Amino acid sequence: MTWFVDDTWIVIIGALTAIACALPGCFLVLRQMSMMGDAISHAVLPGLAIAFLVTGERASFTMFIGAAVVGVLTAVFTQWISSLGKVDRGASMGIVFTTLFALGLLLIVQAADHVDLDPGCVLYGAIEMTTLDVAWEFQLGETWIEVPRAAMVLGSVALFNLIIVVAFFKELKISAFDPELATTQGINANFMHYLLMTQVAVTTVAAFEVVGSIIVIAMLVTPAATAHLLTDRLGLMLLLSAIIGALAAGLGHLLAIVIPPLIGFDGTTTSGMMAVTTGLLFVLAWLFAPRYGWISRLVSRKDVKSPFSGPLPSD
Amino acid sequence: MIPPPLAALTSLHDTGADWPSLDVVWRVLTLQDYNTRLVVMSTMILGLASGLVGCFLLLRKRSLMGDALSHATLPGIGLAFIVMASMGGTGKHLVGLLVGATVTGVIGVIMVLVVRNTSRIKDDAAMGIVLSVFFGLGMVVLSMVLSMPSGHAAGLESFIYGKTASMIMQDFLLLSGVAAIALLCSLLLLKEFTLLCFDEGFGRSQGWPIHGLDIILLGLVALVTVVGLQAVGLILIIAFLITPAAAARFWTNDLRNMLILSALIGGVSGWCGASISALLPRLPAGAVIVLVAAAFFVFSLFFGKTRGVVRTRLAMYRLKRKVGRQHLLRAVYEIQEAACAETGKPPANIAIPFRDLLLHRSWSPAHVRQDLRRAKNEDHIDQFDGQSLRLSESGFGEAARITRNHRLWEIFLITHADIAASHVDRDADSVEHVLSPDMVRELEQRLDLDSIPESPHYISPQKDRPHDMVR
Amino acid sequence: MKTKSYNSAKTLPADDHSPQAPLSIHDLTVAYHRKPVLWDIDLDIPEGKLVGIVGPNGAGKSTLIKACLDLIPTASGLVQVYGQPYKKQRAMVGYVPQRESVDWDFPVSALDVVTMGLYRDIGWFKTVRKKHKEIARSALDRVGIAHLADRQISQLSGGQQQRVFLARALAQDATLYFMDEPFAAVDAATERAIVTLLKDLKNQGKTTLVVHHDLATVSQYFDWVILLNMRVVAAGPTEEVFTAENLHRTYGGKLTLLAEAGHALSQIKRP
Repeated sequence: MTWFVDDTWIVIIGALTAIACALPGCFLVLRQMSMMGDAISHAVLPGLAIAFLVTGERASFTMFIGAAVVGVLTAVFTQWISSLGKVDRGASMGIVFTTLFALGLLLIVQAADHVDLDPGCVLYGAIEMTTLDVAWEFQLGETWIEVPRAAMVLGSVALFNLIIVVAFFKELKISAFDPELATTQGINANFMHYLLMTQVAVTTVAAFEVVGSIIVIAMLVTPAATAHLLTDRLGLMLLLSAIIGALAAGLGHLLAIVIPPLIGFDGTTTSGMMAVTTGLLFVLAWLFAPRYGWISRLVSRKDVKSPFSGPLPSD
Repeated sequence: MIPPPLAALTSLHDTGADWPSLDVVWRVLTLQDYNTRLVVMSTMILGLASGLVGCFLLLRKRSLMGDALSHATLPGIGLAFIVMASMGGTGKHLVGLLVGATVTGVIGVIMVLVVRNTSRIKDDAAMGIVLSVFFGLGMVVLSMVLSMPSGHAAGLESFIYGKTASMIMQDFLLLSGVAAIALLCSLLLLKEFTLLCFDEGFGRSQGWPIHGLDIILLGLVALVTVVGLQAVGLILIIAFLITPAAAARFWTNDLRNMLILSALIGGVSGWCGASISALLPRLPAGAVIVLVAAAFFVFSLFFGKTRGVVRTRLAMYRLKRKVGRQHLLRAVYEIQEAACAETGKPPANIAIPFRDLLLHRSWSPAHVRQDLRRAKNEDHIDQFDGQSLRLSESGFGEAARITRNHRLWEIFLITHADIAASHVDRDADSVEHVLSPDMVRELEQRLDLDSIPESPHYISPQKDRPHDMVR
Repeated sequence: MKTKSYNSAKTLPADDHSPQAPLSIHDLTVAYHRKPVLWDIDLDIPEGKLVGIVGPNGAGKSTLIKACLDLIPTASGLVQVYGQPYKKQRAMVGYVPQRESVDWDFPVSALDVVTMGLYRDIGWFKTVRKKHKEIARSALDRVGIAHLADRQISQLSGGQQQRVFLARALAQDATLYFMDEPFAAVDAATERAIVTLLKDLKNQGKTTLVVHHDLATVSQYFDWVILLNMRVVAAGPTEEVFTAENLHRTYGGKLTLLAEAGHALSQIKRP
């Protein structure tokens, strides 16, 4: 096995993705809206296509805006349909994102003659290629450091999410826990909902453009759920999920390099392996978490301490 | 990099866009071409099956399970290929690949249920985890397969995902078989599935194997999803499972009708979508089918007979207007009654000052004026010049009737408070509709009147109202 | 008939149970995580009694019912219905879940819900026949809402929905009934109808366990009471068990509740 500078950058980019996703991801998991990341990442297709058809170029910023707007619209439409028609939220999410995806597909077919706009790239991403696109280089001592554009983008998104979570920590917390309580305390729970949705949309769009959407979905949900099994405190959960995600990114890349040769293949995709690694870490927590793990639950069910060993409170 | 399935889907249609001639339209709609017939029939049957199964999924509040399941099929395809290739074949045997897809799909769904049942992780997060991790695993396996030196794995994904336009007889037979199974299960297990979706706990207390039923239902979903993958593609089969069922829900409150309607909407969407796609070659069939189904959904959302937005909003608006009219007429009547009582006469239709009406209840002038305008349009108000108003003949009769009903109702509530509570949720147009005629007669007799009883509670005189209520 | 009351976790020996009691619970313990929800429940319910299960919030009243019906896993213990394990005696047991446990927007009519009580009799794959609908209709009639049989369930009031659930249990034609908070958030008329129904069942010699939270009506409705707070504080005939001392031990030092209990006690009409 050989490790290059590029490998380090890939891990750094993966870790930045993990951190950027972990922050909104925790709130998604707590609000039971985990599938929103999946929905948004599929639904942005028409945003990309329209931005392209309007401007006629593949400038990534216009496409970013187009996609982010459609991403937020996905959340808005989902909300409308479920409240207007009393449709189950999961179902209305499914209807909205599949419809937008189909629309995007039609638009892209119309545009396909003019440009190579590859919807598959959106889904899979190619984190391995990101190191080729260098945005900034500087000298540190003897060596030149070449910072890939992806690292800059994801670093900014992570920073953006961090600022929002720090600034609105208690508002996000209370409206995730109890929207009605939040409203009685003068916090606009609706605003917090859409702020979170905007965060998810921006993160999803920015990240899948560079690393692919499947890794974004994995990083949004899985580390947050893993952290949820390990702690009851929101602050700690945010921190843990960021660490777990970053760990999965590093391990995932390592496994992507190590495993295929072991079983007789040339190589495999790092994005996919990072997603798989988040899953492996989740399974570990699911089985062995000290308090909420499966095994600890099985044990505790049989081994209950009597609350009546002492005198009764009223005696 | 992996050739993406969707690129394969789009590349099927890169010929120029010419409007089809009438002759072609006719040939497509009447299914005269063998190939078109196959495609249209196949998507129609898929629509029927997924509409049926989707209903139970929707009612079980597991609509997105199709999403998790369809993503979880990816590793199965890669693994099935590896297994078949290592056994000496080309690895591209359709049924083998579908079996692989079904196996990992079902494993994925079972993982969702296991994680949910054995930890504090909820449904949504469990689905998100399974979806992304399994799909990631699929990418890992497929990219390893594609990097195999022999290279015969190329196009493996497009072999599986979304090749509507190039369906063959084998696909049609497969789809028909799955649809038949779905239909049979829905018929045979209708009451078991109903119980599963409506009241799991009660079902379990009766000894039904709830987990087993869940697995059967999800197995059906897996079958439909896997055969649907090749017909309409990975994402769009998800829509086929959700949209027709959600659309059907707006039209009926009966599960059986909902099932029939959902299957019909699915079938018609498949038929329309495939036909349109056959006529306009630049439109991929999967996408068009989903958009047709979405159009059905949006139409149903607004115009659905039992739960549509227009109907429920209209009902709300009508109720609001009715209540407004009744309040206005009753207020006018009570003012007239009080004024006549002062002079010792029975209530008569006399003109009353607008000011009194405002004082009678804490209404805003704009609100009252609006109600008055409506009452005038309905010929309940004879004259209103901004200062005073008088009811028309029919308006006075209506006001007397409303007041009488209102007071009978109040007396009924007071004297029969115990039974009344079970009636109050009804939309009572008049007391007679809620109470039996006998009871109304009894009430009238007990109150010793056929005319209008006095209000059992004190109607506050105008002067009591705080002055600042009138602007 | 015996009155049991426990002062410690130690219980009476298991052979103390009568073999033919409609329901006997042996050393039942239910835990969630490390937190026990029910501890060493050991009870015999005598035949033909109308039994109230009373205790503060979180005392495990619903859990007790669910554990008896095998709906939740238990840490230890055994539940017997007429001397046999519950699984063999399902036909003799009727269940009324909490009203909030289902989605009342579901596209079925009141009659459909009541026929669900007969699904077990109808059996796998067979469809609901006319005679089943007749049984369901007469069950609806017994709770006084036969005229609402074809209404979709979301168009019923809370009290009517509760009656539908009761009718479903009646259709089961059981001899032992479990009812989880049937009086929660229902109107006065429904409450009265339910009480009449419960007394009917008792007069037919059937045994009914009812989770109840209104202390003021306990002595009026039930002839047998289980005072529960994670363990059985006391169980037995109402006039013997429903005492200020036992209530104090069930509810602890909660003064408002004690005041309520005192009020309730003052209303008991001793024969």
